Amino acid sequence: MSVMSIVSMLFIIGGTFFFFGATVGLIRFPDFYARMHATGKGDTLGAFLVVIGIALYNLHNGLELGSILTSIKVVFIAIFIFLANPTATHAVTKGGLDSGVVPWTKEKTK
Amino acid sequence: MDTFFITIGVILGLLTLACLYRVVGGPTVIDRIIAVGAIGNKATAILLLMGMIFGRLEMFVDIAISYALLNFIATLGAAKFFRVRKSIIPGSKYLKEKGIS
Repeated sequence: MSVMSIVSMLFIIGGTFFFFGATVGLIRFPDFYARMHATGKGDTLGAFLVVIGIALYNLHNGLELGSILTSIKVVFIAIFIFLANPTATHAVTKGGLDSGVVPWTKEKTK
Repeated sequence: MDTFFITIGVILGLLTLACLYRVVGGPTVIDRIIAVGAIGNKATAILLLMGMIFGRLEMFVDIAISYALLNFIATLGAAKFFRVRKSIIPGSKYLKEKGIS
């Protein structure tokens, strides 16, 4: 158990926690916009933390050229998720707003 | 460490099944779209974990990259389609004018 593997385990466990929170929000929230609020942030950070943790654990055997290149590719996935996921969230929310999905308010539950 | 990766993969698989509930029973179409997007994010992470378990991360990285790209493009395309064709809400005015439901 090197320091690198412990740090990557912490990253992966934190990412799984954020995935869990996003899924609970996706299932239990009452409205499309509220579900978007849960998954748009929780999934982004969860995927980022899990992928960064895997990129760190890939380097725990020592720094060779092949594993460094693989880790750089994995970090590219993390950067792409961090850019693309909020863009998709914005596009879907704008699509729902333009096609007339009414936001949930407190009066509807009574 | 393999046990840890397998445990995390099983947890993410169970969360994917929980997201599938929203895909099947979502009230509107865009609920299903965002649930499929969430499943795609989890699938990217699961693919990388599978690469760590099999010890061939350099092969699974490319599959994960293409999966993330396809997930993004599919979500954008579906969002644009349902923004132009305003038929998201069941029982809405558009659908009644068209005579569907």
